[in-house]
Formats: sequence, C-alpha cells, structure tokens
Amino acid sequence: MSYLLNSEDILQTIRMIDQQHLDVRTITMGLSLFDCADPDLSVCCSKIYEKICRRAGHLVETGKQIEREFGIPIVNQRISVSPIAMIAGSSRADSYVPAAEAMDRAAKEVGVNFIGGFSALVQKGATASDEILMRSIPEALSSTERVCASLNIGSTKAGINMDAVAEAGRIIKQTAALTAAADGLGCSKLVIFCNAVEDNPFMAGAFHGPGEPECVINVGVSGPGVVHSALQECQGQSFDVVAETIKRTAFKVTRMGQLVAKEASRRLGVPFGIVDLSLAPTPAVGDSVARILEAMGLETCGAHGTTAALALLNDAVKKGGIMASSHVGGLSGAFIPVSEDEGMIAAARSGRLSLEKLEAMTCVCSVGLDMIAVPGDTSAETISAIIADEAAIGMINNKTTACRLIPAPGKTVGDTVHIGGLFGDAPVMAVNPASSDAFIRRGGRIPAPIHSLRN
Amino acid sequence: MKSIVSVFARDRKGIIAYVTNLLAEKDINVLDISQTLMQEYFAMIMLVDLADCPLSFDELSQYLQERGEERGLAIHIQRQDIFDAMHRI
Repeated sequence: MSYLLNSEDILQTIRMIDQQHLDVRTITMGLSLFDCADPDLSVCCSKIYEKICRRAGHLVETGKQIEREFGIPIVNQRISVSPIAMIAGSSRADSYVPAAEAMDRAAKEVGVNFIGGFSALVQKGATASDEILMRSIPEALSSTERVCASLNIGSTKAGINMDAVAEAGRIIKQTAALTAAADGLGCSKLVIFCNAVEDNPFMAGAFHGPGEPECVINVGVSGPGVVHSALQECQGQSFDVVAETIKRTAFKVTRMGQLVAKEASRRLGVPFGIVDLSLAPTPAVGDSVARILEAMGLETCGAHGTTAALALLNDAVKKGGIMASSHVGGLSGAFIPVSEDEGMIAAARSGRLSLEKLEAMTCVCSVGLDMIAVPGDTSAETISAIIADEAAIGMINNKTTACRLIPAPGKTVGDTVHIGGLFGDAPVMAVNPASSDAFIRRGGRIPAPIHSLRN
Repeated sequence: MKSIVSVFARDRKGIIAYVTNLLAEKDINVLDISQTLMQEYFAMIMLVDLADCPLSFDELSQYLQERGEERGLAIHIQRQDIFDAMHRI
C-alpha cells in the first residue's frame, strides 16, 4: 500500500494527545443480567458476580493494550448492567443491597473503577421491586465503593412520576447523611433522569437497557481541550467560522473513538454498540467545557450569552461527530458537571454562575444539573422540586435531562465539597429559599405532553 | 503491521543515523521518512513496517523508549491506523 506521510497531520494528532488532553474517556461494556434472576437473592448475587467476572475479565487489559499500541490514552474501563430492580425482582428479598455488594466485588475483581445499573425505571410508576430498589439505594451507595445508581422518573412518553420525584429527594438526603464523613460522596454516584438512554457509556448514569443485546461495547470520547485549542485559532472571527472549526475538530475526535470502539469490540469478541459524542470535561486545567464557552468571547461562563454559546457548541459537536461514527448514541452532547470542570468551578466560585443559569444551559445541552453541591440543610422537598424542574425541561424538549445533586452535610454557600479524583471539588451553590413542600406533597403524575402523541 | 515512529529532540548531529540503526537492529524496514525543525527542536516522523520484527509491539515500544532516553530523544511508536482514522475519510 502506498502511503504519503503527512507529517503535519501526524504532528497535529500527537499535539492533541500530548498537550490538549485528547483521550477516550471510557470503554464501557454493557452486560445483560436477565439470566441471573433467581428466587433466592444470594444465588442471584453469585450469578451476577460470576457473569460479570466471566464476560468482563479481559476488559481492562484489552483497553490497556489498545492504549499502548495506538498511543491514545483510554482513561476508564467500565461496566453497565441491566437495571437491578428487574433482575432482583424475582427474589423475595426486602433489600437489594447484597446485589450492589456483588456488583462491587465483581468490579474490583475485574479492575473497573465504576459499575452502573443499580437502577429502576419508574417514569410511569414503580413495581414492588422498584420500591425495594429505591429504598436500598442509600445503604447500597454508602456500603459499596464502585457501584452507581440511577432512576428514570419521567419521559416525554410517560410524563413525570411525581411520587418517584418526591422519593428521589428523600433518597438523596439519606445517601448524603450516610456518607456525611466524605462530604456526601454517595450522591455523586446517583443520577435522577428524565428520558434516560439505554446505551449511555458515561458514569454515574450508565445502565444496560432492557432493549440492548446480551453484551455490547460502547465508547465515550472526550476532548474539550482539543476544541478549546482549535478555537484559539479563530479569535475575532464570526460564529460561522467557530461552528465550522468545532465540527472539524469533533469529526477527528470521534473517528479516533470509533477506531478504538471497533478495535475493542473485535478483540473482546463483543458487538460494537455506539460511540457517544460527548464533550466530557475533567478537573484538569485545559480540559474544560466552560473555557470553550469563554473562548467564544464570554468573560466568565455564566455571563449572558452562555446559553447561546453552549447551544452552538453542542450542535456543532454532533454535526461533526455524526459522520465519523457508524452508530452514534448515548447522551451525545456537552456535559456541564460543575465539580468536574475547572472553568465551571472557577465561575461558580466567583458567583457569576448560578444554579438558575445552569438550569437554562441544560435546555440546550446534555445532560442536566450535574455534580452540583447545594447547602446541607436543603430540604428533601426542595431537592425534589429541582429534579421536577429539570425533568420538565427534558419531558417537554424531548431530551435527556438529569440531576446529580450533593446536599453536603454541614456545608453552606461559600464552602467547598471535596469529592476527589475525576469528581473534583464543588463549590456549594445557593438554592432558592422559598418552600416547594406543598407542591411536592401532591404526588401523582404530571401527564405526558401533547407532543408525545405522535402516532 | 505498519506503524508511525515519532522522534522529538533538541537538534544535533546523528539523530537519524542513531534511530535508523536502532530500527535496523530489530529488522524493521523504513518506508517513508519526514523531518522538520521547529526553532531548535527536531521532529522526525517515520513510517515503518514491523512484518519481520521479532519483538512484540510492547517490547519494541519499550526498547525504543529506553534507547531513546539514553541519547535524550523522545521516541514513540504508534499504529498507523489512528492517524488514518483521524485525517482520512
């Protein structure tokens, strides 16, 4: 094969990796656990442990090998499993904490840092097993290290289950209380969704949906630093140029993700599912979504114009990525987790980025109010009301929204919650002090919107 | 398997000779070569064929890295596929 060496292209790729934090954020193996159901929960747990270890035993080593051969960092290998409420439901147990512990042991055995799927889909109502799962979440998250939980409490098709929203507020408060010594760390592993997707590779919200195959490889790419660097080249130019530059960059980043996904799928003998086109930040300097928005001409993320800038970014990333991958899925959009983004942290600390502005930003990007610390004395009802607002945005706009809120015990506005690692540090943000108690106490369902009736 | 070897260093005499010698010792054929100077820094990109190389990819990668460090050179090897994926449609 003839090959013309284009050293400029090669040097560009090397610069992206060395200087601009280009990486594959996660290779996530989605694994069905439907064959692990058993009337005896302890037997079910043994089957869960055995199946995860058997199917994912080579996941981490394969990721490391691809990383070495291609010279592209692969930050995480993770596992998502079928919603545990559906698996443990055939047992007569009244707590599913043992299932979380089995997942945690298996995750440690195969060497993945997170495993998602301690989940229930309750958008229209909860089954008996969904109720047990929800009650088990606080203890499951405090007694395990690597297990992530999620709830889907609403959808465009089903409306919003306000009983589950009320319950979610209480679950978050209890989880924070049980992990108070670690600033409410447990809450960083719990996501409350509206319109949850079944093939999301990103934690903490990943689960392997019931419509998914037996086992699948999904890949999440990243690259805020690469987009930020590319935008440095178009200072003072029009938005047409900005959008075009982001598209070109997203294309390259996604092609790299597609290559890694295909390679991982081939080596593991597991079908390729999707590439998730998300820009996922980390707390590292130079890996921030907020700084991209600022590079478009905003003094600070949170200034007027931030929502428009984010809308452009999110759309251009998708347009650039879509042609680069054979199957796009997951959440596919820019993430704005406050504690995990160095620029967001700075903006929140300076008081120029508020919870209200973040809520507006979630209308135009994935995913939602993510990794936000709120005062420890915030009531369960207020947390539920924040979740309801966010779910309403998702339901009406036909998009995924989510809440990952940390009511850090004993902390108040101005304090910082130290979560550590990829989760970073979160400045505690103010919530509206007015009561939403009577609103949340109503319960029932908010009906599905008129545009859900498309048949 | 075709791979890209990249070499970065402060410019001085004998870098190409040293690196191509390392490759020849391991039965690696150089298919194409390109070098540029950025200020006083030297960047060389080589397309190589590993078909006859007796080492595994990991062993070769480590060998090049260690022998490079002895002379103050940053030598990396990556499979060609990643560059093709990113820059060719």
